[in-house]
Amino acid sequence: MPHDGHDHDHTEPPSDVALRVKSLESLLIDKGLVDPAAIDALVDRYAHRVGPQNGKKVVARAWTDPEFKQRLLDDAREAVGEFDFKGRPGERLVAVENTPEVHNLVVCTLCSCYPWNVLGLPPVWYKSAPYRARAVSDPRGVLGEFGTELPDEVEVRVWDSTAEMRYLVVPERPTGTEGWSAEQLEKLITRNSMIGVEQAKSPADLEGGA
Amino acid sequence: MDNVHDMGGMQAFGPINPEPETEEPVFHAEWESRVFAMTLLSGFLRQWTNDMARHARESQNPVTYLRNTYYENWLAGLETLWVGSGQVTPEELAKGISSGKSDIQAIDAEKALVSVKGAGGPVDPEAPVNAGLKVGDRVRVKTFHPMGHTRAPRYLRGREGVIDRIHGRHIYPDTHTVENVEDYPLYSVRFEGAELWGPDGNKRSAVYADLWEPYLEQP
Repeated sequence: MPHDGHDHDHTEPPSDVALRVKSLESLLIDKGLVDPAAIDALVDRYAHRVGPQNGKKVVARAWTDPEFKQRLLDDAREAVGEFDFKGRPGERLVAVENTPEVHNLVVCTLCSCYPWNVLGLPPVWYKSAPYRARAVSDPRGVLGEFGTELPDEVEVRVWDSTAEMRYLVVPERPTGTEGWSAEQLEKLITRNSMIGVEQAKSPADLEGGA
Repeated sequence: MDNVHDMGGMQAFGPINPEPETEEPVFHAEWESRVFAMTLLSGFLRQWTNDMARHARESQNPVTYLRNTYYENWLAGLETLWVGSGQVTPEELAKGISSGKSDIQAIDAEKALVSVKGAGGPVDPEAPVNAGLKVGDRVRVKTFHPMGHTRAPRYLRGREGVIDRIHGRHIYPDTHTVENVEDYPLYSVRFEGAELWGPDGNKRSAVYADLWEPYLEQP
């Protein structure tokens, strides 16, 4: 892989890190502390099997089933249990709903807490210093960087995940989707809309290939 | 510990520059995925707690923490934790060569997948909460300066908010070790933007943070 050796590129770390990881991995395997097949199994789960597709199912159902939505807002961990993607031990899920009056945004200023079971592992920007620093002090500025502009009268609520509670944003259902099935609606739901940095897509966005 | 991981309200980090959602891979290099999985599997062995793991990453030199990528910080934390546990010697770590098997049994793939999917609250969810504060109570986050781990961010200390909901009793991170598990009521507290950032702060914004009872006092 070409690398000039000077640019500290976050997507192509210096090979000495990769070597250090290999060294630690072989040490832990030799000591019998880590099973390489278990490493493969966890990587496979989080690279391929768990991701925003789970959260999209939850939100689409909340949009189409008012009773489910109420259960989700009352106790998201119980409600998501209906889908068979349970959380990690200790994690409790809370769903917060966007409305015409309130927009919710999730951050972890201290590290990278994120609802793995419904969204998978967080994107790099969610774990980055600029986002963690400014989501709480300048949420409208942060939203603007994602192209999200809110009317002045909308209240922005920022959820700082400082404990083992995990937050899922239920974006507003876009207009012009009356009568759509849950499967159709899933196409409008993005990972970013469930973190709260964007709105769900509109039907026009889909037609435009956005 | 008051270190640079506690980033809420810091400035000068520049723009976020997110990768487009549809183009971003889960892992940006294979080694990241190995560090991720090794960290989870090591944690399941209960030689340390999740809070001790966070503390290992957070107590690095701040310059190192900021220079590292995310998974480099995980790697540094994992190395520190294994050496700290006494199961790996500094010499073994430096050479990458084992001087003898551990008597700890590694978690196999099947158990690992059960562990990541396991249900269960932080403490017994059926136990009475015995909350000393109620929804609507006005509270202030205590001013303190801990050398150890804490989940009370600096930007909230000394600030006043209102209890929005009670999450039950949760393990208290500040004292959480393998041998010591305390639990306290956990509250979601709402802080108005102007209380945190002054009159120049964002109009009509509020921060909700989850804070344990020992962090809070009556104003």
